Amino acid sequence: METFLQQLINGFSLGAIYALIALGYTMVYGVLRLINFAHGDVYMLGAFAGYFIANALELDANPSIFGTIVVTIGSMGICACIGVLIERFAYRPVRSHSRLTSLITAIGVSLLLEYGGQVVFGATPRFFPQMIRSRTYAFGGVQITNQSLLIIIVAVVVMFGLEFVVHRTKIGKAMRATSFNLSVAKLMGINTDFVIAFTFALGSALAAAGGVMVALAIPRIDPLMGLMTGLKAFVAAVLGGIGSIPGAMVGGVLIGLMETWLGATAYSTYRDAVAFSVLILILLFRPAGIMGTATTEKV
Amino acid sequence: MIDASSLLQTRSVTKSFGGITAVKTFTMDVARGALYGLIGPNGAGKTTVFNLLTGVYDTTAGEIHFDGARIDGKKPYAITRLGIARTFQNIRLFPDLTVLENVMAARHLRSRQTLADAVLGTTRHHREEQESRERAMSLLKLFDLDQLADERSTSLPYGSQRRLEIARALATDPKLLLLDEPAAGMNSQESFDLMHLIRRLRDEFALTILLVEHNMKVVMGICETIQVMDYGEAIAIGTPREIQKNRKVIEAYLGGG
Amino acid sequence: MRLSRKLLAIGLGTAALVALNQMFEHGLGNFQINPYYARIINLIGINVTLAVSLNLINGLAGQFSIGHAGFMAVGGYTATYLTVYHGKAIAALAGSTLSDGVGASLAMVASLAVGALAAALAGLLVGIPSLRLRGDYLAIVTLGFSEIIRVLILNIPAVGGATGFTDAIPITNFFWIFAMAILTIMVVRNIATSTFGHALATIRGDEIAAEAMGINTTRHKVLAFVISAAFAGVAGGLSGQLFANPLNPQNLNFVKSIEVIVMIVLGGIGSITGATLGATILTVLPEALRTFDRQFPGLRMVVYALLLILMMIFRPQGLLGRRELSWSWLGAGRRTKQPIGRSGTGGLAR
Repeated sequence: METFLQQLINGFSLGAIYALIALGYTMVYGVLRLINFAHGDVYMLGAFAGYFIANALELDANPSIFGTIVVTIGSMGICACIGVLIERFAYRPVRSHSRLTSLITAIGVSLLLEYGGQVVFGATPRFFPQMIRSRTYAFGGVQITNQSLLIIIVAVVVMFGLEFVVHRTKIGKAMRATSFNLSVAKLMGINTDFVIAFTFALGSALAAAGGVMVALAIPRIDPLMGLMTGLKAFVAAVLGGIGSIPGAMVGGVLIGLMETWLGATAYSTYRDAVAFSVLILILLFRPAGIMGTATTEKV
Repeated sequence: MIDASSLLQTRSVTKSFGGITAVKTFTMDVARGALYGLIGPNGAGKTTVFNLLTGVYDTTAGEIHFDGARIDGKKPYAITRLGIARTFQNIRLFPDLTVLENVMAARHLRSRQTLADAVLGTTRHHREEQESRERAMSLLKLFDLDQLADERSTSLPYGSQRRLEIARALATDPKLLLLDEPAAGMNSQESFDLMHLIRRLRDEFALTILLVEHNMKVVMGICETIQVMDYGEAIAIGTPREIQKNRKVIEAYLGGG
Repeated sequence: MRLSRKLLAIGLGTAALVALNQMFEHGLGNFQINPYYARIINLIGINVTLAVSLNLINGLAGQFSIGHAGFMAVGGYTATYLTVYHGKAIAALAGSTLSDGVGASLAMVASLAVGALAAALAGLLVGIPSLRLRGDYLAIVTLGFSEIIRVLILNIPAVGGATGFTDAIPITNFFWIFAMAILTIMVVRNIATSTFGHALATIRGDEIAAEAMGINTTRHKVLAFVISAAFAGVAGGLSGQLFANPLNPQNLNFVKSIEVIVMIVLGGIGSITGATLGATILTVLPEALRTFDRQFPGLRMVVYALLLILMMIFRPQGLLGRRELSWSWLGAGRRTKQPIGRSGTGGLAR
């Protein structure tokens, strides 16, 4: 029972990361029907931005919660700008072209960030400074580190925040309108360009938060770190039902749980295959994902 | 209960989407060789009936019989093979294909060559491709589209696109042709020509034609039997003259009641 | 074409390939081909097979697959496994050995056939979800499938696991690579210009209308997947048994699948000559960019990525669009047999 609870907590913590990144995929897909392949790399940039800010603040020597908050917010801000730039200079010019064109552009941006990262940061991994001293709390036989706790809290807060933005604010209403029908939203006087840019900013900021959170728990960062994590986060988004915010959360946690559970068994080497196997199985029975709604074409 | 002289019969067909019943216990008998009209106000469920007949939607309840076989639950392509062809209310041509290729594509289901024939380029392959091309061209000629054979289908004017859709449907060798608002968007001269064409098709190809149309001139002008739908239900059936006088029909169209 | 002329063409083509192969391996007089160039030419041939076969699914049927590396892996590992573990026995059937031309050829044919079959089965397996899934969802399933394959391979020690299948016996040569590339082109071209090509184009254009025209869209999609996968498997079998080119799960990840997609997009999606051209350019280009890489590791891929983005912005239909390069297109004589849908815009979806 205790091992089970322990796995549950570890799984939640890993899943929360996937969820944070998946939210960005889901939002962009919701608005543009674009799989933003570069999103995982924005997450990588988030970790690197955090790394540089933390080093500039010398947080390694004097760790603090306040410093961590500054690093996270700083990194989110930087990545929000990067997200907007990517949208403006890569995606907007191809928006009127076919969806395949956008998808390939996204792949191009992804490669650019990954290998550009290698050129700028070098291919060798770097080690993220310890911004907060690791501490382990024990509840009965179950242990949780303060980093894991932080990750889970941040993810939950972000999800509620996002739900609030999307369903209770004016810009959220504009986002929903744009995702429903871009051209009609434009006709209704919504500045869809702004809405899309905002979506990218928001999604990228969330990915950056994810990057910093991961780096707290697993300090090894490198330019290709976004590849697999990004892919799995995307799978999480599809699993939950792409376009659905709670779906991204559910999908992320589900994959996180499954991976930690498998990681503890003899089949740990199959870990990377789990996300995909579950995805295929679920899509076969629920083609629109767990919380997605199936759309039927009008004939 | 199943009458052999009818080509198409539906028995209490019902279709619901979630809580909405789009078609309710709908029964219809279309005799062989008939020119049968299905009319009703917007949203009455006419197109849904077409989608049920062609297998695009599955029925919620009821039975559909065509040419002695039960067809509800069959896949759309299988139904087309049995001999039901259709056009669409919102024209659905194949955008990447030329006018000729659109019609040739509809010959594919009658093709007897295997994939191996195509890959190896056998005599059978060449003969069939030739036959298909000739058949498609003769259909295009009938619809006055042969001059446009190599044009991209979607670059055609609206009226020609509608005619091309009918030509494409005919290329599948149907027994029953379903036309979903063929006169939509046509001017009076074009719809007049269309009426004659439809009648001619029925006679020349020994077809049975089922027609959904809003243009009353067209429906009253060519249909021998008309069935009226409102709110998913059949409310009247009869000759054009009978329908024009039917009180229920007038109420359905004028609203109120 | 008459049967006799066809056989003549096949005979002449084979003879030409044999002669070229001879030159490749033993040189011509004093001329010896630079092994580095020879290697690049061989890789071009393999990539042409990959790109043209992917074009069947992505270009002609309009189904977006990002799992081609998975099919390549299935076929490649199966073929290589067969040669490594049973190659001697196969060669012995002809009273020969693997180091001898006859034995090696027999092993090559057998391993490619079995590899193609295995990949085709995998294609069938992946094709089935396409009964229900469309567009991005299908794409992600193909991606997932190829990642699963990769993880499975990592866990099979008999084929080298994470270190790659280094036990492979290098029986692949110029002849087989280009014979297979030409075969792939011929098969895909004949499908594209036949009534099956029409059927695939209707699926690409409008599935609902395609079904209404009596086309069994599911069957055709699965068929496209199976054939495409079989040829990807052949490419894998050739690649894995090429000298000093062992199959490695690290190189068969989704980046590989994307490379192949980029090839067909660059050439013009739906165009067979376009895919060939794209495969050639994208095999040579990264090599040409290698000089950059010596100074700044990773810069090669940065240039590659930038080219890709700029291409999408300024010429999204690729170099050829849906057109085919042909002699008539180059300005001479009669119109040749046109592929289906020459006027397309190169789009996957509306």
